[in-house]
Amino acid sequence: MDRKIRVLVGKPGLDGHDRGAKVVAAALRDAGMEVIYTGLHQTCESIVEAAIQEDVHIIGLSILSGAHMTIFPKVLSLLEKKQAKAIIVIGGGIIPREDMKKLEKKGVKKLFGPGTPTTEIVHWIRENVGARSGKTRPRKSKKTRSAKKR
Amino acid sequence: MKKDIWDKKLKTCKERDHDFTTVSGRVTKTLYTPDSIRDFDYDRDLGYPGEFPYVRGVYTNMYRGRLWTMRQFSGFGTPKDTNKRYKYLLNHGQTGLSVAFDFPTLYGRDSDDSLARGEVGKCGVAIDTLRDMEILFHGIPLDQISTSMTINPPAAMLLAMYIVVGEKQGVPMKFLTGTIQNDMLKEYQAQKTWIYPPEPSMRIITDIMAYCTEHVPRWNTISISGYHIREAGSTALQELAFTLKNGFTYVEYGIKAGLSVDKFSPRLSFFFNSHLDFFEEIAKYRAARRIWARLMQDKYNAQSPRSYLMRFHTQTAGCTLTAQQPQNNIMRTAFQALAAVLGGTQSLHTNSMDETYALPTENAVKIALRTQQLIAYETGVANTIDPIGGSYYVEALTNELEQGVYKYFAAIDKMGGVVKAIDKGFFQREISRSAYQYQKSLEKKEKYHVGVNIFEEEGKAEMELLRIPKQVERDQVKALKGIKRERNNKKVKEALRGLHKAAADGSNLMPKILDCVRAYATLGEMCASLKEEFGEYHEPIIF
Repeated sequence: MDRKIRVLVGKPGLDGHDRGAKVVAAALRDAGMEVIYTGLHQTCESIVEAAIQEDVHIIGLSILSGAHMTIFPKVLSLLEKKQAKAIIVIGGGIIPREDMKKLEKKGVKKLFGPGTPTTEIVHWIRENVGARSGKTRPRKSKKTRSAKKR
Repeated sequence: MKKDIWDKKLKTCKERDHDFTTVSGRVTKTLYTPDSIRDFDYDRDLGYPGEFPYVRGVYTNMYRGRLWTMRQFSGFGTPKDTNKRYKYLLNHGQTGLSVAFDFPTLYGRDSDDSLARGEVGKCGVAIDTLRDMEILFHGIPLDQISTSMTINPPAAMLLAMYIVVGEKQGVPMKFLTGTIQNDMLKEYQAQKTWIYPPEPSMRIITDIMAYCTEHVPRWNTISISGYHIREAGSTALQELAFTLKNGFTYVEYGIKAGLSVDKFSPRLSFFFNSHLDFFEEIAKYRAARRIWARLMQDKYNAQSPRSYLMRFHTQTAGCTLTAQQPQNNIMRTAFQALAAVLGGTQSLHTNSMDETYALPTENAVKIALRTQQLIAYETGVANTIDPIGGSYYVEALTNELEQGVYKYFAAIDKMGGVVKAIDKGFFQREISRSAYQYQKSLEKKEKYHVGVNIFEEEGKAEMELLRIPKQVERDQVKALKGIKRERNNKKVKEALRGLHKAAADGSNLMPKILDCVRAYATLGEMCASLKEEFGEYHEPIIF
């Protein structure tokens, strides 16, 4: 039996702009996915740890602070260190196109800019995660929201 | 022609297929007539400019006397980079300064803090110590300019740094003019930069109000902000209601702290968004002035007319800017700026076209400033006061918004007030819901956003962007290390101990913060010292 697509929506760093992250989280939830929203001010370490613990298929990071060139590579390398490279990393925010290209080269699978319909994000996740959502790994936690890691 | 005849004719007319609600979902009628404002009483409901209830404006001759202050919110990189941008803006006719700080500064963290990695100088300018503030205002005489600082949990520290820079320039604090945002309630609701829990935050705010009333009398101690509530996704009514309710809450805390309402409330100022829906925005500003005046008189028994005046800054809506066809943002911003001016704003920031990609370039920000100058000097809208006043539609809308606000007030009171409602996640939930609702209405094409869901174009716009080099973070951290080496660390420790003691014993924090600043204590050190006493805030998770 297929298990639901599990997504962790994260707000790394000090950036407080959470409108986009929350709208996307609500849209993914309404599309039938299991969504874990981290809340604000997470470190890269706490995001990766939560993603592994919650056994998510995909991490979506929202960054509007300009720190994207620091944070995305750090999350990717932490995932690699923890042997969790199978978790797909995507994101969105205020990111110049040139940086988007660089980040996609570094291994961020997809970056969505302002004005992207949520349906496009849902569709992309289904296309790219759908294939592997049947494989189940043992779940370590039944929590659907985690926020207290700081 | 009588109305009934027109009504009959109207029924035979076909309407185009369009959602005729405002951007906030408010139903608009086909036509507004004297019937729409039947109980309208000019003296009671509008009054004259500078007279109760101030709907037509807070000053007697408004823009005939003095135009609004053109104040572009600006800051990036090191203090030296931003100082250069300020001089550029002042040379191009800007009339006030507005400081944008980077995220670490906004959260009271130093540039060498582990959570600051990648964020130093990115979203604004990095300020660690008094030295940075000295560089930021180098060559800018503080007795000749007013400065607004968007700073909240560490507002007291940044104000103290500004005061000491003034002293060094020979400008006593009683002559300083400007504003600190210092509005923590909306932080928990919308902007989300916090350090301490709500109650200690309110104590810091009342300390600032008490200190400034006495020593910095021309300083606006709080800029009660709807801007961020709106940017987080609220409707116009929610922005208006929550902002005003926050404002009255500060008044209540001030009174509770033993301050005289007529002494501190004239220094409260406001900050609103100017969003897409032209008339709804104008009505929002007019309703805001009326509600503030009425309640300050009736409920809070203020006697001085200065306590009734709602003075406000406006910024055009960043969240309405599009990454698609970015040059359209120039027009979008112009309409929003015009609404703010017709709404009687005291100062204005116009967004730049490139801000969905990065902080604005010099050229983009110049066009944004020119937009205001064009409104001021070409369109003629500033020639007469409140030219929109008396419009059946706008007056009806103003009344509707006022009534809607009272309903929200009753609901918040029922929850036990603003702080309790924050604990319950009330505002956060209301705002998230509206944001999601609006996104869905865009996707269903009930609402339009040009370039995004209508008149889309293939291909991507290429534009020159402002880049913040990585070197900025390294330079800033290095400068901070230098200061820590040079300063008298014994003196710093003493000053920090004094601050901690004041936090614990309840005496006013401002004099102690000034001591710390003068000793070149860092922002992070001061905030950490208060954190020991006050603890940290953790948000409820709501989406």
